[in-house]
Amino acid sequence: MNGMHGWDWEIGRREIADLSRWKAEYKAVHETCVSPDGERIAAPVRTGETEFGLCENGELWEGEFDKVWYARYTPDGRLTALVSEMGEWTLAVDGAAWEERFEFLWDPRFSKEGGHITAVGQKGRKYYAVTDGVPWEEGFDNLTNLTQSPDGSHAAAAVQIIPMTEGEIFKFQAGVYTVAVDGQPWPRNFVNVWEMSFSPDGKRVAAEVRINLYDYTIVVDGVPWDTVFKTVWKPVFSPSGDEVTAPVRANGKWTLARNGALLWKRGYTQLWHHAYSPDGSKIAAIVAPKYGRWTVAVDDTPWNLTFGDLVTDLVISPDGGRAGCVGKEKERWSVVVDGKRWYGDYDMAWGPVFSADGRRAAAKVETKKTYGILLDGKPLPEMDGFEVLWSPVFSPDGDRLLVRGIREGAYIREVISIS
Amino acid sequence: MTETVIRSRKIKEKKRVYPPRRPVPDLGLDKGAEKLTPERIESTIRSVLDNETGARLKVYVDTCAHCGLCSEACHFFWSHDGDPSYSPAGKVKQTISEIVKKKGKVDADFIRGAAEIAYTECNLCRRCSMYCPFGIDIAYMMLTVRRIAHLLGVVPQYIQDTAHSHSATMNQMWVKDDEWIDSLLWQEEEAAEEIPELRIPLEKEGADILYSVIGPEPKFRAQLIYQAAVIMHEAGVDWTMPATPGWDNSDMCMYTGDNEMMGRLKKVHFETAMRLKNKRIVMGECGHAFRSIFDMGNRWLAWKMPPIPVTHAIEFYAELFRDKKIKVKKKFEKPVTLHDPCNIVRGRGLHEMARYVVNEICTDFIEMHPNREHNFCCSAGGGVINTGPPFRNKRVEGNRIKAEQLFAAKSKGAQVVIAPCHNCHGGLEDIIHHYNLKMELKFLGDIIYEVMER
Amino acid sequence: MHTLYNLVSGPLVWVAFILFIGGSLYRIITMAILAKEKDGAVYAYMDTYHAFRSIYHWIIPFGSRNMKRKPIMTSVAFVFHACLILVPIFILGHVMLWKESFDIAWWYMPDLAADIMTVLVISACVFFLVRRLTQPEVKYLTTASDFVLLGIVAAPFITGFWAAHQWPGMRTALILHMLSGEIMLAAIPFTRLSHMIFFPFTRGYMGSEFGAVKHARDW
Ligand code: SF4
Ligand code: SF4
Repeated sequence: MNGMHGWDWEIGRREIADLSRWKAEYKAVHETCVSPDGERIAAPVRTGETEFGLCENGELWEGEFDKVWYARYTPDGRLTALVSEMGEWTLAVDGAAWEERFEFLWDPRFSKEGGHITAVGQKGRKYYAVTDGVPWEEGFDNLTNLTQSPDGSHAAAAVQIIPMTEGEIFKFQAGVYTVAVDGQPWPRNFVNVWEMSFSPDGKRVAAEVRINLYDYTIVVDGVPWDTVFKTVWKPVFSPSGDEVTAPVRANGKWTLARNGALLWKRGYTQLWHHAYSPDGSKIAAIVAPKYGRWTVAVDDTPWNLTFGDLVTDLVISPDGGRAGCVGKEKERWSVVVDGKRWYGDYDMAWGPVFSADGRRAAAKVETKKTYGILLDGKPLPEMDGFEVLWSPVFSPDGDRLLVRGIREGAYIREVISIS
Repeated sequence: MTETVIRSRKIKEKKRVYPPRRPVPDLGLDKGAEKLTPERIESTIRSVLDNETGARLKVYVDTCAHCGLCSEACHFFWSHDGDPSYSPAGKVKQTISEIVKKKGKVDADFIRGAAEIAYTECNLCRRCSMYCPFGIDIAYMMLTVRRIAHLLGVVPQYIQDTAHSHSATMNQMWVKDDEWIDSLLWQEEEAAEEIPELRIPLEKEGADILYSVIGPEPKFRAQLIYQAAVIMHEAGVDWTMPATPGWDNSDMCMYTGDNEMMGRLKKVHFETAMRLKNKRIVMGECGHAFRSIFDMGNRWLAWKMPPIPVTHAIEFYAELFRDKKIKVKKKFEKPVTLHDPCNIVRGRGLHEMARYVVNEICTDFIEMHPNREHNFCCSAGGGVINTGPPFRNKRVEGNRIKAEQLFAAKSKGAQVVIAPCHNCHGGLEDIIHHYNLKMELKFLGDIIYEVMER
Repeated sequence: MHTLYNLVSGPLVWVAFILFIGGSLYRIITMAILAKEKDGAVYAYMDTYHAFRSIYHWIIPFGSRNMKRKPIMTSVAFVFHACLILVPIFILGHVMLWKESFDIAWWYMPDLAADIMTVLVISACVFFLVRRLTQPEVKYLTTASDFVLLGIVAAPFITGFWAAHQWPGMRTALILHMLSGEIMLAAIPFTRLSHMIFFPFTRGYMGSEFGAVKHARDW
């Protein structure tokens, strides 16, 4: 986030809002969300018997709605919420609603920098991707797996392009789905289309598909790989955009394939959620090296530390040097960075966040419904006992940490020194 | 068609000759079989036998002593007056034994017949594993037959369509993403008329509980979501429901033999809970979905146990009563009986807990016999009800023994049958109707909603 | 006749024992390896306590619901299996052979007991035969091999009884006794009689799945 330099990084604590006052003022206060810089907090509130509004830092947005939900800040700090009036839905952004209305609108996505918002809209039983309020020209019979390009200027989704009624099994098996990119469907149909990714420049799309009931492969810009597999998971472009990799199941084992050919040598009982380091030199993935044991493998080498329940939230540091995740063993959650388990086990743990240079890492953890922060492997003193907490944010130089949380009913924004 | 008098026939009156089987016409089975070639049959079977099965199947086939002791475990066997072709080992003999013996050199007619047996004459209820001295897992063998039939494209039309729905929408009933959210908002609105502050919290990160349901709930049984919301509200639990695919815990792909799709469905389901940082998944009153997330789908994905613990509604209700989170205003007074759903009794041992809950909410509980682990299946399970109208009569007639069981409970005074499972509900509804039993059918949630303080 | 006697009482005994022990080990080991490769679940969910809990309920008579439901079959099957195993081990004739050949000995049963138990085994075989022929659900499953196996099991007992009572043709009976005993031993690992060696594994696995994972009983 480029704007981070402009945030208030002055060390100190500020109380931004007293949520107990909101609770007294409104009939109900729903889940809160906070802006990336921590300066603002918002929540949908019930203002009347059936009227809802959005309250930000104690002030109500103009206008009342029949419904307000899914309040979220964009990465560039705009407050959005799905709102409905008279049975019509739209997205409100910083108080102003998109002009276009829909019978239903949902699943808004924000681009990395926050410049563009894309959601799915339905009108007259046709489904559209809607970017910044503008729907695709043509609607489809169904639309799922909405995906944005990294800069948000393009959108793709799995779409149904041949109408089909329930029970038409052979029609379905002939293929009624494809991928539409910016509203343009690919020329070939598939039995199923699932998750997809854009290339970093937003010009290409790769998707996981099933070409009949039994053969799975990856399709890049409408062209399937030459090889088919027993199953595949979501494909990802390399940062250079030249290559596509995806987890594939071949010969009874999972491994990673690149452009249709097996890339990793080792076979895993499971492999998914692979990710590149920003320079593309490394690939990490969540793997099960053997049945019922989970860890992360970096460039086909699994960490020694494994978990029995699960591993999730794989994160690679912005400099590409480190990887972190969350693991669970016997119902206790822990944070892991570079194969080392951090201090303690918790009722819940969130994926670690890294400083820009990758030197520092922090994570949010929960014990008995109160939340605290771990920094570089250890609990951060005095940063616990929150009723609600958002993941901490490092200052651009990595010397300070922005903590955003609710304690004793008050939303607090605090910058602490960690150097 | 309706048989008003239930004859409590003993299998002792076994017949010497049983009526021959006639294939039930079905688009999926018939068209699928037409497309088969001997080469495809053989190579598919070989690949399943060589790559996907191993010692278990071999040992089961070799160990079976042909003793027939499993026969009386099966409701199909009882209901067909002891017709041996409906006994568990009899079904094995007509399907997988032959396939293994002939190493895949069987014809399309055989595959069609085997598929019909595996999909419509076995509920995978596992009762027979408790009657076979060797603990041979007949359900596993029938699933292997289904796996082969799936790979050969010989699957009954209705359940195949359901599997397609799962693959395209990640739910069982072709519910589109907006329809799902819309029905939750609608149920919330309805419930708010009764309890103004009631909410169905959507996408609430960090909630303790993710509540998941099966596809038909938003479509046909939305009142169940309403009731669940009221129970959650009154109990004051921290819960949420997802506004994305992954909300549906059901799984017909597990039953068609499409294991890859079963895995994909469970991945989406569990990852929804992981994304929302929920500590556990509480699911509605469904049996097959429990099996899918508790010991089938998770295993295919290499999770030895469910990665996020799964609590079945019965366990959850028991917990709420034990912790006095919900209180009963006035117990339900009509005499009730309880059907033990296979997948949560033989599949999880929840029978005593179910009785605890029933006794907390009802004054008059009448046991049906046999019960607990030994209860007879509803004959809807294992995806059989999902093979749809073509096989309805076969399913209902194949479970006369259940009607007799219900009738016996009714003779002792039971007016209401509690079936804490969606499939059982569907199955028992048809049985009650077909055999003219005139009993009411309820979920535990229906009664809890009715009797709780609110 | 003499050479035949020497053959069945000498080399063939060795062959039979080697096939029985070696064959059983071979079957168990190959299955264990195959299971490791293809049925990971078997190892992942095997649970000693629940495996034995289930086995226990299925080896004691009337330990399971189905056994209680079928008292005659249960009694016959239990007596049959017990006698089938005990008689060959503890009958005086066999104990003496072990003593002569290897100078090891153990307790032996009185002749009368051996006679009674042998008759019980033979009667049980007749019972099973009748059951196979008359009970539709058993008949339906029965293949020619099932009769052959029944014959293989009954034969050493019939011939042994014959020989022990020194009835006419006793020498032939003795040879046939040894031969059929050898056939039975050798057949165990390679026929449906292998249920003897696989019982603990199939039952134990089902007991583990039911008990440890699904918290239910399987008897
Ligand atoms: S329906 Fe149940 S008892 Fe009958 S064969 Fe299938 S699993 Fe066994
Ligand atoms: S009870 Fe077991 S061994 Fe006997 S016939 Fe049935 S499956 Fe085979």
